[in-house]
Amino acid sequence: MSYTEATIQLLSPEGKLVQSDATAPYLEKVAGLSDDRLRDFHRQMVVTRRFDIEAGNLQRQGQLALWIPSLGQEGAQVGSGYAARAQDHIFPAYREHLVGRIRGLGPMKIIELLRGLSHGGWDPAQTGNFHLYTLVIGSHALHSTGYAMGMTFDGATGTGDPEKDAAVLTYFGDGATSQGDVSEAMVFAASYQAPIVFFLQNNHWAISVPVERQSRTPLYLRGTGFGIPSVQIDGNDALASYAVTSTLLDDARAGKGPGFVEALTYRMGAHTTSDDPTKYRESDDLKFWADRDPIARFEAFLRARGEGEAFFAEVAAEAEDLAADVRARTLALGSPTADSMFAHVYSDPHPLMEEQAAWLAAYEASFEEGAE
Amino acid sequence: MSIETMAMAKAINAGLHAALANDDRVLLMGEDIGTLGGVFRVTEGLKAEFGENRVLDTPLAESGIVGTAIGLAMRGYRPVCEIQFDGFIFPGFDQITTQLAKLTARHEGALSLPVVIRVPYGGHIGAVEHHQESPEAYFAHTAGLRVVSPATPHDGYWMIQEAIASNDPVLFFEPKSRYWQKGEVDLAAAGAPLHASRVVREGTDATLVGHGAMVSVLLTAADIAAEEGTSLEVVDLRSLSPIDYGPILSSVQKTGRLVVAQEAPGNVSVGSEIAATIAERAFYSLQAPVLRVSGFDTPFPPAKLEAAYLPDADRVLEAVDRALTY
Repeated sequence: MSYTEATIQLLSPEGKLVQSDATAPYLEKVAGLSDDRLRDFHRQMVVTRRFDIEAGNLQRQGQLALWIPSLGQEGAQVGSGYAARAQDHIFPAYREHLVGRIRGLGPMKIIELLRGLSHGGWDPAQTGNFHLYTLVIGSHALHSTGYAMGMTFDGATGTGDPEKDAAVLTYFGDGATSQGDVSEAMVFAASYQAPIVFFLQNNHWAISVPVERQSRTPLYLRGTGFGIPSVQIDGNDALASYAVTSTLLDDARAGKGPGFVEALTYRMGAHTTSDDPTKYRESDDLKFWADRDPIARFEAFLRARGEGEAFFAEVAAEAEDLAADVRARTLALGSPTADSMFAHVYSDPHPLMEEQAAWLAAYEASFEEGAE
Repeated sequence: MSIETMAMAKAINAGLHAALANDDRVLLMGEDIGTLGGVFRVTEGLKAEFGENRVLDTPLAESGIVGTAIGLAMRGYRPVCEIQFDGFIFPGFDQITTQLAKLTARHEGALSLPVVIRVPYGGHIGAVEHHQESPEAYFAHTAGLRVVSPATPHDGYWMIQEAIASNDPVLFFEPKSRYWQKGEVDLAAAGAPLHASRVVREGTDATLVGHGAMVSVLLTAADIAAEEGTSLEVVDLRSLSPIDYGPILSSVQKTGRLVVAQEAPGNVSVGSEIAATIAERAFYSLQAPVLRVSGFDTPFPPAKLEAAYLPDADRVLEAVDRALTY
């Protein structure tokens, strides 16, 4: 399941803009991007890829319980991530490290989660409205839809002021499209014309199961079937990801209801570090997608625009600095205290939490020197 | 006077009305709750008064109802979901137990989830499969949730408002067989906090504990026993998570005997938890083992068999006899 005649591609694998009737309106969106923003696209992809590799290494060295690589999906993430405005809310699955980075989520929050120090623990109000990762596949599609319904009820959408109007962007993968919650989310989103864009990263694999087992139709047609305007894009094309997501988010903010993007990309690495993809897939596929790498094509695009070597060297240095910083900070991480288990199970006081926290404290104190 | 006589369905309706009127962040959502007023008419008239954006006739999808309610709560709303019948809660079970129950902890307290899930539950109405069940133990077992069940119109009126005011998710189990029995509601004072259990009849020979529709069965049993010279104390549990053990312990310290009754199957049930806790905390007060009277550990049977399945006053009294003659 790969590119179809419907697939929107703005940047060819060689890094050239694709001119056609289908791409023309989207290329107008791209024309609105400043040179600095285009450099940001590249910088975030390169830096995140380096972070991703470093975190994978940390897992292999026993410093993380698990790592969830985003290798190969940087183009889909950077374009869609920059399509969101500050007032928008973003509900990730668990692989959107780059989108989190754009929104201001510090990398250590993800490290802490996968080291076993937290279940997330960030406050979306402090991370650019980037919500927590959700590990039960597709569950957050409903939360994000409910959130978007709330924006409608609040009058936070469709006011005619694009600086104020807000929408929701929610991420999930091809495996998630088989979950009932994702279908129910599209039912509710369409029914209430909620301001939400569903962003499907079709990376072709749900751990070991190929996308062909999830669907006999191109997945963007799922959205169409629910009455949601849906577009299939080359997900390794950061510009297509930006322009199409931006167009659908504009519509959502303007009160025109939900949208759906299927980004065709490829999970170049394992599902997580617990997995061995050589057991279930062919290297031919990897070659096909490696030739369509999102970063390589974007670099070619920037170089053709006249970007000089200094910029690329600076970005590479920034990536190395981040990797070294993450490594040092990971090795310095402590552990949470045991009583934190009880702290936030409930918002209001709860007798069982108080009793059990007190019991654990007394039990642990009984081992201290001098205890009877 | 602030005392009015009304049926529990009407009392809960009045409580929902008050909550909607007092806080414009309160929303009701569920299947058929708007124009129809709910299959039990508990939400009758509320959509007409508060509008379709406050009282939502949702698509037919329980996971969707709970999951979008979570998102609305994240946005600052206080959604009150209706699950049409007890046995229909399971399509929403994942959202309730893995998301709703855990999201506050997952956010390390940065987020509260004030979502109420109303569930008409229990037997005695002669209905088809999946319409007479008592699934409360699943939720009482899950950290992060609160679980309550009113037994009277007065508690229906007040407890629904207190559940909505709670900053935590609350499963609100409504004993549907008690919807149409009338009782006095004091509109001026709740009388007890949401999670308090309460002695509703004083006695000296044995203690009966139950919740929801079982409370009226226990009171009937106590009436019958009184005619035979046995004095039974009855405790209305009201809250199944957390359980307020204070009044139960005081009662057992006085009577020395405890029978816990419930419509739900007995295996790994709320009654089991109470029996274990009382054995731990009141061992030297007990004159007999704590006994449980429950539905059987079978699926809820076809309606013509429900009288044989559901504990009635005679089954409660059989257990009382065993406790008294131990």
